[in-house]
Amino acid sequence: MSQIIVITSGKGGVGKTTTTANIGVGLAMRGNKVALIDTDTGLRNLDLLLGLENRILYDLVDVTSGRVQYKKALVRHKKYENLYLLPTSQIKDKSAVNPEQLVKLCEEMKKEFDFIIIDCPAGIEQGFKTAIAAADTAIVVTMPEISAVRDADKIIGELGRADKENVKLIVNRIRPQMVEKGDMLDMGDIDEILSVACIGQIPDDEKVVVATNRGEPAITMSDSVAGQAYKNIVARLCGENVPFLKPQKEGFFARLKKLFGLL
Amino acid sequence: MLDVLKRVFGMSEKKSGTVAKERLQVVLIHDRASISPEIMEKIKEEIIGVLSKYMNINRTEMEISLENDSDSVALVANIPVNSMRHAK
Repeated sequence: MSQIIVITSGKGGVGKTTTTANIGVGLAMRGNKVALIDTDTGLRNLDLLLGLENRILYDLVDVTSGRVQYKKALVRHKKYENLYLLPTSQIKDKSAVNPEQLVKLCEEMKKEFDFIIIDCPAGIEQGFKTAIAAADTAIVVTMPEISAVRDADKIIGELGRADKENVKLIVNRIRPQMVEKGDMLDMGDIDEILSVACIGQIPDDEKVVVATNRGEPAITMSDSVAGQAYKNIVARLCGENVPFLKPQKEGFFARLKKLFGLL
Repeated sequence: MLDVLKRVFGMSEKKSGTVAKERLQVVLIHDRASISPEIMEKIKEEIIGVLSKYMNINRTEMEISLENDSDSVALVANIPVNSMRHAK
């Protein structure tokens, strides 16, 4: 039974595309046949994160408008051969694809793929409505910031109104030192406010920038903590019970030491 | 010195994470209820209208807001009464 997952967030810049790329690579590394669909028409980036930007011939709009078969537009990953990208157009805008077209396309692609992962644009307008239309699971990506959590709440409401029952949460770019000092919303706060099942807590990690620079998602790097967190998310999506990475809490003596260090 | 002691024992004024949480909780009540400030104002005016028939209220100090009450939302009104209007 194949799964169609949409990665969404409301707010821009919280890591939807990074999450899509990492989960896609992770699922493919486990032997699943995976298709990633970029629906951020006009502002496409998923191709860059996967290092596939130079291999695009056709795009999502060519497919939904009936110009070419979807198989012709798919770009196969060089290294992870179970992974395919359906890029979107950089020239058209969000109105170029409607929900019915994406539903029809996903129905067809389901026959070939174990997972279809849809990278949703920011916002709650047509692009969002198109991206979520075909999905049976939605992953909401947020950050421990007041604006990102508010937008996640809004998106969770919208997903409910669209009758999407399987909604999961990923909290990205957590800075453990700030959480520890009480200067960042912690997981307990976010759980309490959003009350959606959390499947991932990703620490802020400079390696993600390096990964993006190279077009090789962090999940492929053995020394990236964010990569490890993505591996755990992929395992949870595959039904495994993996405990969350626990950041080390600073105790009384560490605080005392730090204080004398300061004086 | 007190600051230093507080830091050693891990206590101090409200942390910004806590402030963020509290601000979020308030803003989400309004977001989820889809009540615009305009409607809140209208509700306020109408409550004043009804109450003014029976009592003189202090308009400047009255407060009407939505608050989280465990798992539901409550409309909380704090309306100081200056005096009663007695029926003639």
